[in-house]
Amino acid sequence: MKFVLPAVAATATLLSPVLAEARQVTFETTLKPYGGNGAYLVLYVTDAAGAYKGTLWMAGGKAKYYRHLSDWQRASGGRPTEIDGITGASVGSGKTLKITLDLADAMIDAGYKVHVDTAVEDGMDNPSEVVAPLAASASGKPLAGKGYVKSFTVTF
Amino acid sequence: MLRRLHGLPGIALALALAVTALTGAVLSVQPALDRAAAPAIPAAASVADLAAQVAARHPGVSAIRLRADGSLTAAFDDGDTRGVERIDPATGTGLGPYAVSETTRFFTNLHRSFLAGDAGRVAAAIGALAMLGVSVSGLMLLARRLGGAGALLRPIRGTPAQRWHGELGRLAAVSLIMSSLTGLWMWAGTFGLLPETTGANSAVAASGGAPAPVGTLTGLRALKLKDLRELTFPDPAGPADVFTLVTADGERLVDAATGATLAMTPATALERMNDLVRMLHTGRGAWVLGLLLGLASAAVPVLAATGFALWLRRRAARPRISANVPVRRADTVILVGSEGNSTWGFAGTLHTALVAAGHKVHTAAMNEVSAAHLVAPRVLVLAATYGEGAAPQSAKQFLSRLAGLPGQPAVAVLGFGDRSFPHFCRFARAVADALEARGCPQLLPMKRIDRRSAQEFAQWGRDLGGALGHDLVLTHVAEPPKTMPLVLAGRELYGEAVGAPVAILRFQAPADPRTGAPGRLPTFEAGDLVGIVPPGDYMPRFYSLASSTRDGVLEICVRLRADGLCSTFLHELAPGEGIDAFIRENPTFRPAKGRGPLILIGAGAGIGPLAGFVRANAAGRPVHLYWGGRSAASDFLYEHELAQHLAERRLTTLRTAFSRDADESAYVQDRIAADAPRLRELVKQGAQILVCGGRDMAEAVTRALEPVVRPLGLDLPTLKSSGRYVEDVY
Repeated sequence: MKFVLPAVAATATLLSPVLAEARQVTFETTLKPYGGNGAYLVLYVTDAAGAYKGTLWMAGGKAKYYRHLSDWQRASGGRPTEIDGITGASVGSGKTLKITLDLADAMIDAGYKVHVDTAVEDGMDNPSEVVAPLAASASGKPLAGKGYVKSFTVTF
Repeated sequence: MLRRLHGLPGIALALALAVTALTGAVLSVQPALDRAAAPAIPAAASVADLAAQVAARHPGVSAIRLRADGSLTAAFDDGDTRGVERIDPATGTGLGPYAVSETTRFFTNLHRSFLAGDAGRVAAAIGALAMLGVSVSGLMLLARRLGGAGALLRPIRGTPAQRWHGELGRLAAVSLIMSSLTGLWMWAGTFGLLPETTGANSAVAASGGAPAPVGTLTGLRALKLKDLRELTFPDPAGPADVFTLVTADGERLVDAATGATLAMTPATALERMNDLVRMLHTGRGAWVLGLLLGLASAAVPVLAATGFALWLRRRAARPRISANVPVRRADTVILVGSEGNSTWGFAGTLHTALVAAGHKVHTAAMNEVSAAHLVAPRVLVLAATYGEGAAPQSAKQFLSRLAGLPGQPAVAVLGFGDRSFPHFCRFARAVADALEARGCPQLLPMKRIDRRSAQEFAQWGRDLGGALGHDLVLTHVAEPPKTMPLVLAGRELYGEAVGAPVAILRFQAPADPRTGAPGRLPTFEAGDLVGIVPPGDYMPRFYSLASSTRDGVLEICVRLRADGLCSTFLHELAPGEGIDAFIRENPTFRPAKGRGPLILIGAGAGIGPLAGFVRANAAGRPVHLYWGGRSAASDFLYEHELAQHLAERRLTTLRTAFSRDADESAYVQDRIAADAPRLRELVKQGAQILVCGGRDMAEAVTRALEPVVRPLGLDLPTLKSSGRYVEDVY
C-alpha cells in the first residue's frame, strides 16, 4: 500500500506557500512484518533545540489511541488542530507509507529533525523510534527504526 | 408490525449476525483459558517490589501493565534488546515475549470489523443494532404468544422449529441484548462518539532530586500489585521525573526521588463505565460471564435457521386472493383476523367458493375495516385468537375502529382456535358480541373451528350456503400435503358384536419393486397424526398414530362410522392394498419428558396413541391407563398387548370400564370418580394427564377430573396452560 500525496496544505509553518522557495520532499516509511493490527504512525518535526515545530502526517484515525504516540503527544499537546487535514489510515504490517510534501527551502540543512513515533495494539509503543535529520546529505539514505520501522528514507 | 420488525432484520442480516455471534462465541472462551494460564498474583505483593524486580533485570523498562486478560507484562528497551515480556507476578522473572495469538487476532478482527476496517466496523455496529432490535422484538412476540410478560417462562408449544426458536431465544435474549448494547458502546468509543476521557494530569512540579531505587518509593509501596493497571516509568529524556500509576480508581503521579504521590486524578464516571462495558462485553476479568455470553452467541445461528424456516412456512401459507373486487362493488365482504396467515388460507377458500357461486366478494384484513366495508349487505368475519384471548395481528384495531363506524350489515363470525387452550376463540366471541350489540342481524350463529379442522370449516360452509340459499362447498386444503404410499400389512377387527366395529390397522412402506428391499417409513411418534386421503376425495382425514417409526409399522385404530367415506374405505382395505398418507406432527399431544407419572385416559379407538405411549415406555416410568369400551368380550382393544405391558412394567395399572357389560356397566369417567384420591395423589406428584377419544367422553372426563384436582388448589385450565393436561379429541 502506498500513500502518495501531492503537495497538500499541511502545517503552515513547515510548508512553503510559494513554490519557488520550496522543494519536493518524499518520506518513505516501510514497516517490519511484525504480524499485528495496523500500526499508528506519526511524522513530526523538531528544530535544532528539540522544540516541536509541526506535524507532517498522522497515520491512524482514532484519537483515543494517540496517547500511545507519546513523544508526539507530549511535544504537540495532542491537539486535533495539529493533524487537521493530514490524517490517513493506519499502516499494515510490512506495508509502506509514502508521502510527498513541498517543504520550505529554509527548513533544509537548518538542524531540523523528523521524528517517527509508532504504536500497535497489544504491542509496543515506540516514541521517536526514528529521528532523521532534514539534511541534503542524508537524502535517500535509509534509516532503521528500533521498533516497527524497517526503513525510513527522506528524499529531496 | 412487531413481527415484521422481528423478521426483516433477522433475515436480511442473518449471515452477518451469525458471523459476529460465532466469532463472539469463539472469543468468549479466551478469558477462561487466560485465567487458567495466567499465574496467580500474590495478595500481599506491592507494585514497588515487582517494579524493583523487573528494573533489576531490565534497566530500560518503560511500563508494566496488568492486562485485562490477566497477564502481567513489561515493556523495555535495554538498548540491545527491547520488547514486551510476560512477567511472573510472584518473582518478577520473565516468562517469554508477550504476543496476542494470530488466531485470537483474526477472530477479534472478524468479530468487530469483518476484516474490513472502518467500513466493516460500521457494518458490525449495524449488525449489533439489528441484534438488539431482533432480541427485544422477539421477547415481546414470545410474551404476546404465551399470554403476557408474566407468562414468558411458560412451556412453549408448537412445531419443533417453533419450540427451538422460542426456547433458545428466551434463554439467549438477555445476554444478546447485553452483548449488543455493550458492543455498540465500544463501537461509539472507537469512533470518538463518546466524550473524551483524557483525564491527563496537569503539570506537577517534581522534586527534581536524584531518583531513588524504585523499590523504596512509598507511593508505589502503598499500592497492591493486584490493583495495578499500568505503571509508566519516567522517560529518561523527559522533563519530569515522575512515575504514572493507573488503577481502576484513577491515575497517580509519583515522584521518582521522594516517592511522594504528587497528584491523583480520579477515574471519571465515563472511564468507570467504559471499564464495566468492556468487562461485560469481553468477559475479561469475568470468565464465567464470558462463557455464558458465548453460549448465547452460539445459539444465534440456530435461531437464524429456525427463524428462517418459520418465516418460509408463514410465507408459504400467505394466500393469493384472486378476483378481489373493490369494496364498493362487493355484495359480500370477508374480514380476516389472522396471526400467522393460516386464517387467510381459509378466507381464500371461502372467497373462491363465493365467487364461484356468483357473489362479488371483497376480502380485507379486519384492521382495514371502514364505513365502506359495513355498507356491504353482508360481512363474514374469520377471526383467530392470539395468546390469552387477544386479537391477532391483523385485527388489533378492529374493535376500536368498529365502534366509530356506522352500518349494520348481516354478519356471520367464524372463530379459529385450539380447544385445548383455555380461551378458545375468545376474540371471535368478543367480535360476535360487538356486532350483535350494534344490532347487526346474524346470518349464522358464531361458530368455532378447532385446530384448523377442514371438516368443521366445510360444515360451516354448508350452513352458510343454506343461509344464502345456494350450495356452498368449502374444500380447504391448508397446505397441499405430499403423500406417500403405504401398504396394509395387517388388521385386527373388534367390536362387531356390539355394533361398533373398530379396526387396528398396521401399514408398512411398500418394498422396493426392483430389489425387494423393505421400504422406509416416514418419521413419526405415537400421538402424531396420519392424514389419509380416501380415493375420489380431496380432503384428508386425520387419525392418531398408535406407533412410532421405531416400531417398524404405522398403526392406527379406526372406528367404522355410518356413511364415513374414509373409515369405510379403510375397513374394506385388504392386506396388500395401499393408501396415500402423510404425517402431521402433533407435538402438543405427547408425554412430557422426565420420569413423572402419566395418567392416560381414553375410550374406544382413542386408545391408539395411548397404547403407543405405553409401548414406548421402556424406561418403566409410572403409567396409569383408564380406558372405556363397550364389551370386554368384543371390543377390548389391545387386550393381550396391555397384559404383556403390565407384566413388563411398561404399564403400572390398567382400569377398564365396559358400558354394555350387564353385571358391571360403567364408563371411563366412573372409574376416574371412583379413583379420585389416588389420582389426586398422582397429580400432586406432578402427573401429566393425556386424554384421547370422542368429544362427549372428553367432556365427561373433564367433569370427573375437576373435583379430583380442585382440593389441590388447581383447575383444568391451569393444568392445560402448563401442558399437564392435554387432549386429542375428535
